[in-house]
Amino acid sequence: MTASSLAVRMNGIHKSFGPVRANRGASLEVGTREIHALVGENGAGKSTLMRLLAGLYAPDAGTIEIATPSGEMRDVTGWSTADAIKAGVGMVHQHFMLVRTLTVAENVVLGREPVRGAMLDVARALRDVKALGEQYGLRVEPERLVGELSVGEAQRVEILKTLFRGARILILDEPTAVLSPLEVKELWGVLRRLRDDGATIVLITHKLDEVMDISDRITVMRHGETVARMETRDATPDVIAKAMVGREVALMGTRNEERGSAVDTATSSALVPRSSLSVDTLVVMNRGLRAVDKVSLSVAPGEILGIAGVEGNGQTELIEAIAGLRTVAEGTIRLGDRDVTNASVRARTEAGLAHIPEDRHRRGLVLDYSVADNLILGDQHKYARGARSVWALDDARIGANAQDEIRRFDIRPPESALPARSLSGGNQQKIVIAREMGGSYDVLLASQPTRGVDVGAIEFIHAQIRAAREAGKAILLVSAELSEILALADRVAVMYGGRIVATLPRREATEERLGPLMTGATDTTRPAA
Amino acid sequence: MTTTIARRRVEEALLPPLVALLVALVVGDILIILVGQSPSAVFRLMLSGTWGNWYGFGQVLYKATTLICTGLAVSVALRAGLFNIGGEGQLAAGGFAAAVMGLALPPGTPGVVAIPVCIAAALAAGGLVGAIPGVMKARFGAHEVIVTIMLNFIVLAFLNWIVASHLHVPETLHTPEMRAGTVARLMEWVSPFHGSAVNASLFIAIIAATLVGWMLFRTRAGYELRAVGLQPDAAEYGGVRVGTVWIRTFLIAGALAGLGGINYVLGYKHYYEEGFGGGAGFLGIAVALVGRNHPLGVIIAAFLFATLSQGGLAIHALVPKQMVEVLQGVVILAVAAAVPEVRRLVSGARGGVAA
Repeated sequence: MTASSLAVRMNGIHKSFGPVRANRGASLEVGTREIHALVGENGAGKSTLMRLLAGLYAPDAGTIEIATPSGEMRDVTGWSTADAIKAGVGMVHQHFMLVRTLTVAENVVLGREPVRGAMLDVARALRDVKALGEQYGLRVEPERLVGELSVGEAQRVEILKTLFRGARILILDEPTAVLSPLEVKELWGVLRRLRDDGATIVLITHKLDEVMDISDRITVMRHGETVARMETRDATPDVIAKAMVGREVALMGTRNEERGSAVDTATSSALVPRSSLSVDTLVVMNRGLRAVDKVSLSVAPGEILGIAGVEGNGQTELIEAIAGLRTVAEGTIRLGDRDVTNASVRARTEAGLAHIPEDRHRRGLVLDYSVADNLILGDQHKYARGARSVWALDDARIGANAQDEIRRFDIRPPESALPARSLSGGNQQKIVIAREMGGSYDVLLASQPTRGVDVGAIEFIHAQIRAAREAGKAILLVSAELSEILALADRVAVMYGGRIVATLPRREATEERLGPLMTGATDTTRPAA
Repeated sequence: MTTTIARRRVEEALLPPLVALLVALVVGDILIILVGQSPSAVFRLMLSGTWGNWYGFGQVLYKATTLICTGLAVSVALRAGLFNIGGEGQLAAGGFAAAVMGLALPPGTPGVVAIPVCIAAALAAGGLVGAIPGVMKARFGAHEVIVTIMLNFIVLAFLNWIVASHLHVPETLHTPEMRAGTVARLMEWVSPFHGSAVNASLFIAIIAATLVGWMLFRTRAGYELRAVGLQPDAAEYGGVRVGTVWIRTFLIAGALAGLGGINYVLGYKHYYEEGFGGGAGFLGIAVALVGRNHPLGVIIAAFLFATLSQGGLAIHALVPKQMVEVLQGVVILAVAAAVPEVRRLVSGARGGVAA
């Protein structure tokens, strides 16, 4: 590639946050009119590098250059976000920055409002936003309130907002995490149109199928350094994964083998039936709406029931109600033969429930607590000196427990005194997994168990979940990743609009069949005879 | 590795208060120069009037005693993510209960019985007043800042009404002297403290701080309390009943502020008097912030503010006493800007801008 066709050049970038060295000599070259995938494990420094480019931080060392309209490279190291926006660099963040109480159009024009006199020119704002949306195939209704939008729609608003500000270099930070397969396809369409229109796109992701699908070129980061660059047409998922992790890994593409017989053996077995989970016509309200609407399901010992669906269709409320974190409006929840519909969280834990929550930063960990202290969360009453006492905690036993689980679950670095905040996403998740799966339990709620963790950790967590199934645990798995559901589940239930719209045995659950169900279409595919 | 973590923690704990103090000194210098005095002369006078002689030092210790208690009352609540602005009312309730208990006991009740009973009364009354905002928050979702502020007015007015209508000594605004339960002044043991109000309550306050530290960092109750303060959702997930912790924490916080009341009542005047708190309940907020919500930090910060307060009297000859109040304000502002807890509260209040 000649220098003249470059859009972005970052060289020798160093950036530390306290003791954490997010970027150590990272570099990046992105050409104009290309979709560039920036891949790497969690904590590899991708987002930091892009935030430096977008002017959110200044690098400790290194240079950032972008192409001027005339094709010259201009040094912009350490610029501000305002400068970046002016120069046409826009970033769509993982967490949307939208005002919920304003309309789509108002959000898009925020900061550059068209005015007539001193008044906002509402009609023009609506017109401009509509036109811009049509130009790039970004379907939005400019009059609607952002608070009413689905995540996919909100993301389109974010992209529109960036384009409205004249972005020609567009950075997207893991844009597909919250999208349904259909919405992902639409997004790809939009990105391709943008590229063909002359824009440059940097896509941060760690999903290899996406990289292969959409990108023109790839930069791989590991431990804050740039370890590989390649043309997508010369790359394979295995090569990328190896560069990301630095060793060979078994990719998730290895599908779950048919093991429909396991369920039958377990349930018909002459052994005393172990505790399992059953939910009957459950209704859970959220903000006055029936977030979970008469859901019934049961999970047998030694079985994984996967719940597929686009996020925000009641999965969170369902899991939290089962875990005791939300009030049940109607229906019952049973663990084995015990009715726990109104039981406390602790009572459910004691009845054999383990729970990997979907958001480790909000629920799963107290980030400022040490690894050791996090490894007893939920069991803290068992670590008092003297049973049931509110008094002194037994530090010796807490330490021993931490050493044991750090070793068994390979939590790195193996330092029980470190605050959980300082660990990488994958290792934070391992703390949660170790705590929930390291002790004794019968029923496991696994909600987005591998969200935002790297390929190596995904492999490890999936192995743990499979082993738990072999050990006879009943597992309810919720995942926004269809591939994860298909890799692990024995049966697949699809949730849409708070209801379970279909439950299929694994062998009938194909992406083609599940995709439409997840977006609300009725199941017209007949099962093969 | 563990030692570097420990060192970083110590740095994080000590740096903001030190910076704040430095800023206050610089601002103080400027102010003193503006009123036409020499900063070194004023600060020398301030030091000699506080730590430089037995009486002044005794007064610093006396003022610090109440501030340790009210500072703990704010910091325990903050550890659970709660803002306790009710220290003034809790302090008054504690002092009042101790005074009334001292009146009710038969004269000549031995101190080993009377003192613990009076202290228990102070703890209970402070705890009762403290628990109200806890219950209101847990049950009805009422914001504790509003409830604790308003409760100050109610409690103070209610106590003053009782004193004025039933309990006062004619021509005064205070209750009759206690018959039992007074604690010794330090001058009875260390004669140079003569005339100073410092009394054995100081040791009780330090014991309370030690117990609070042990509770916060070594017990299950403290583990759950801090988890609620850091991440309520994670605490709830960990089987902690968040509402119960709120109530329990406010009870403890109120009891600690109430304990502050014994310093004046059992140790100094031996009666309850309208307005004896003199703002120590509110100053407890500053003490907690400067002390970074750590019991040891609270003790140090209490000494700092007690020194400023007593020093204000000492430098009266050279500069207006109000200047020390300005200095206190500067310390508080500087700390507020530097302390992460405050930044988190402010950013929390600003939230609600995400989809």
